[in-house]
Amino acid sequence: MTTSTSTERPGAAAVTATAAVPGHPGAPGGARSGAAAARRLRGTGGRWRRAVTPLAILAGWEAASRAGVLPPTKLTAPSQVLETGWRLAADGSLGQHVLESLTRAGIGLGIGAALGLALGALAGLSRLGDDLIDPPLQMARMLPHLALVPLLIIWIGIGESVKVTLVALGAFFPIYLNTYAGIRDIDQRLVEAARSCGLSALDRLRHVVLPGSLPSIFIGLRLAFGAGWLSLVVGEQVNAERGIGFMIMEARDFSQTDIVVLGLVIYALLGLASDLILRSVERRALAWRRGLTAT
Amino acid sequence: MATRLDSDLITGRGIRRAFGDTVVLAGVDIAIRPGEVVALLGGSGSGKSTLLRVLAGLDDDAAGEVTGRGRTAVVFQEHRLLPWKRVAANVALGVPGTDVSARVARALAEVGLAERGAAWPAELSGGQAQRVAVARALVREPDLLLLDEPFGALDALTRLKMQALFNRLRAEHRFAALLVTHDVDEALLLADRVLILEDGLIAQESPVALPHPRAPDDPGFGGLRRALLARLGVPASPDQH
Repeated sequence: MTTSTSTERPGAAAVTATAAVPGHPGAPGGARSGAAAARRLRGTGGRWRRAVTPLAILAGWEAASRAGVLPPTKLTAPSQVLETGWRLAADGSLGQHVLESLTRAGIGLGIGAALGLALGALAGLSRLGDDLIDPPLQMARMLPHLALVPLLIIWIGIGESVKVTLVALGAFFPIYLNTYAGIRDIDQRLVEAARSCGLSALDRLRHVVLPGSLPSIFIGLRLAFGAGWLSLVVGEQVNAERGIGFMIMEARDFSQTDIVVLGLVIYALLGLASDLILRSVERRALAWRRGLTAT
Repeated sequence: MATRLDSDLITGRGIRRAFGDTVVLAGVDIAIRPGEVVALLGGSGSGKSTLLRVLAGLDDDAAGEVTGRGRTAVVFQEHRLLPWKRVAANVALGVPGTDVSARVARALAEVGLAERGAAWPAELSGGQAQRVAVARALVREPDLLLLDEPFGALDALTRLKMQALFNRLRAEHRFAALLVTHDVDEALLLADRVLILEDGLIAQESPVALPHPRAPDDPGFGGLRRALLARLGVPASPDQH
């Protein structure tokens, strides 16, 4: 898992920058330990105790704003942010921006995930694929993909494609690495047992290799979601005309801190929602692991 | 000779296998007749499991000739159930035909696990999981069962129960079996013939002419046991030095 931590770190940094939302699970790695801690404490009233500090911070922030300690030009009160959110949602502009950002994220993640799965499977399953595909990708992995922005702008301009490309690049590596590792880590004794049951190579792929690598692929997906959102944030600061990033950049020009903070909250909520959805899909797809953790 | 070969269920001739410079099998000849239980004894690392894997067709790098007929099924030392498939689906893995679920239910009932078809493998005890592995082999209606230390990972009491189960199933289905084991008692309780693998060759072959049902305190059992242990270079009693 040393491979995944390198992609995890920028995700965690992005989340702390937008951590105005109480209970945000943070980067996928942190989310799991957080969830485990919550499960341990549940039933002792610990779940509510965990909400105390975030709520206190929010209340302090609100009080400081009202008392005039925090000038609205630097940071608006949470209530003001909420109000602005309500207004922009009502006139439909917020929905449009969110939809725009979601579309970019969706297309980019789709492309990155498809490529990561395909190449990871090729490298994981065949020795030839491993030798041809893995070395260049291991080298490219060391390059922070966000540093490619200037080069990407020269290559493909400042339109939609650069934003989608950034998201796809961010999502690609965690999925590639974890698909590859998931396939390589499969217990060969299970493959042998399946072979002794008369399963063809294709059937072994379907019944042993795919389900066996699924837990690792899900880890890759969650890391990819984190990296994808981060890439979107950076990409949308490059000449966007729509989307949450554009909304934030435009508000900055007019010093509308309420809209800037609103944008950050939306980013955080989108990350949280996507992680929750992915986790519920994972719970269903990996139901067999519940028996393992229960014993 | 030709008629003898025709009646054999599986024949291996000149089986060789080396891992790097280490020769594990140096031209083994082995034949198993229908309905016969053969125990394969040998020290640790003597190549017992390697020979079984060659006979099962799971070793692509072995040299020699293996000819077999009929259906073969394998039970390994670990249960090797797929953790992501429920028990019934594990038993049904790779079974062709239309009445698969009925056959699976029958096989699970035979090993005493009729109720556990919907369980995940992780919810089973070690003995139960190994019985599912036996059911997975039984459902294939094998003519030859290849068993690689099938009860070696179980506790002593469960192992005795599994040995009794094996004898019952064998009396019922009349399958032939090759039983790889390091347990001399187990070999004498279950087998019609005992082979000892040593230095990559079958070093000794001895029939076990004890009537069924067998028990370790039967007359004649102790003598055979001592002879086999001596052949394997083990003192028959820990008091012996």
